[in-house]
Amino acid sequence: MSTLSEAILGAPAGEYVDREVDIAFAHDGTGVLAREALREMGVERLPHPERLRLVFDHIVPANTGTTATLQAELREYAGVSGIALSDAGGGICHQVMGEGVVRPGMVVVGADSHTCTLGAFGAFATGVGATDMAAIWASGETWFRVPETIAVNLSGRLSGAAEPKDVALAYVAELGMEGATYRALEFVGDGAAGISMDGRLTLSNMAVETGAKTGMFYADAVTVRYLADYGVTASPQAPEDCRYERTVEIDLDDIVPLVAVPHRVDTVREAEEVAGTHLDQVFVGTCTNGRYEDLARFARIVRGKKVAVRTLVFPASRSVLARAIATGVLADIVDAGCVVGSPGCGPCLGAHAGVIGEGEVCLSTANRNFKNRMGVGGEIYLSSVATAAASAITGVITVPEVV
Amino acid sequence: MQGAGPAICLGNDIDTDLIIAGRYLRTKDRSVWAEHAFEDLDPALAPRLSGSVIVAGKNMGCGSSREQAVVALREAGVVAVVAESFARIFFRNAVNVGLPVIEAPVACTDGARVAFDLDGGWVEVDGKRYPARPLSEKMVAILRSGGLVPYWRSWR
Repeated sequence: MSTLSEAILGAPAGEYVDREVDIAFAHDGTGVLAREALREMGVERLPHPERLRLVFDHIVPANTGTTATLQAELREYAGVSGIALSDAGGGICHQVMGEGVVRPGMVVVGADSHTCTLGAFGAFATGVGATDMAAIWASGETWFRVPETIAVNLSGRLSGAAEPKDVALAYVAELGMEGATYRALEFVGDGAAGISMDGRLTLSNMAVETGAKTGMFYADAVTVRYLADYGVTASPQAPEDCRYERTVEIDLDDIVPLVAVPHRVDTVREAEEVAGTHLDQVFVGTCTNGRYEDLARFARIVRGKKVAVRTLVFPASRSVLARAIATGVLADIVDAGCVVGSPGCGPCLGAHAGVIGEGEVCLSTANRNFKNRMGVGGEIYLSSVATAAASAITGVITVPEVV
Repeated sequence: MQGAGPAICLGNDIDTDLIIAGRYLRTKDRSVWAEHAFEDLDPALAPRLSGSVIVAGKNMGCGSSREQAVVALREAGVVAVVAESFARIFFRNAVNVGLPVIEAPVACTDGARVAFDLDGGWVEVDGKRYPARPLSEKMVAILRSGGLVPYWRSWR
């Protein structure tokens, strides 16, 4: 019996297969290089422009003349090649692709490591580099080594102040930063059904932090309902009785607020252990935790209060922002004294907005706390949205209360 | 496919931010990436890269899909990267830009002579031979062409 990756790729683990891709996307960072490679390859016409997307999200709006020029070149290329473009302010590629584009059973490649996020829909979704992307644009297909699969078996139900992000930090700590290299993760078990689509996207997002190629959920009633909101009809996937290489057990009842401490994603402590750590910045957003559910949770905690430290909130997409405006969530965030940025990756990669200074400490809801990532000489702690919100109010790492 | 050079030894979990920081991604000038390679790990490393073989531990190149990380090393003149294990996108990117990557657990001393033979499937450090994990036929063919772009041009 097949794992979900094996079923979608149509071959057993360990085999190399050539597969047509259903959706292939690049962003402003990787798209520029893909365009260069395509030029060097001498490719004039793309066979399937309707399967391709360009999403400007990494450095938006452009911060220098060079960035603006690179984006202008790519924008022009989108126009002549017929590739659909989501321009500055549209949102993060993984979020935009998760708003009704990606469906269960698809083969999805993105020129960004966190493309595994879209495995949450029961798609085989994985990250590639820019030259790979150029060849995919040119041919419509690519090769894969079918991965072995590690099951992350979720039981029980989240309670208290724990969130899907805490579950993500828990499994990354359990597997380690290279515990799933070349493999796929499948999130299975009775506990999976109780996790919202936004929460699943958070869980799948961090699969690559264990070295995994993708992190997948089987499409179920939650997936079908979510996609229906975007006018997409999808069918649930039935898990087969397959053999996993290994199973990691996570009891959701045991999960408490967690924090990854500098400079490793797999060095995880209970939030309580690092409570009181001084902060210079709090950052809420990214492809891990910039969704509507995240912003609403954040707003619920800061509503009627003032943040004690500079706090940046970047919605993951324009539709997230629009919904946050419509429901009053954004007003609560602004009233609490937060800086609201344009939809996109923002400070996560330290390329423009929200860079931290030498010796500064940021608590972030992103997925990486690598040394100097958000600014030279700075330190990054990773947490859930609730922990970030409670900490923004006090100015030090603070264990969230149940809200 | 063979090559050799003096070793530069690195540890485990060398992430792509350490190989080329996000602040240098706002250009397509490849020489900028070569000049700033490993800057946040050790600013003295970049000038030593030309002609060297990088020898790392586990999970080399973890993190971002940024191809600038492998381009930086190739542009700086790195002959090959040997590691106990690689992050998969880095590994695939290296093949795509024509930078030999060899998965083998080796003992490393800075400056040791590292030689490799992809066809023979081995790597030697100061004369001690280690077996390398084999690459797929397609990967070897891409590397032999000098990367995915020249491979494409020769096959289409």
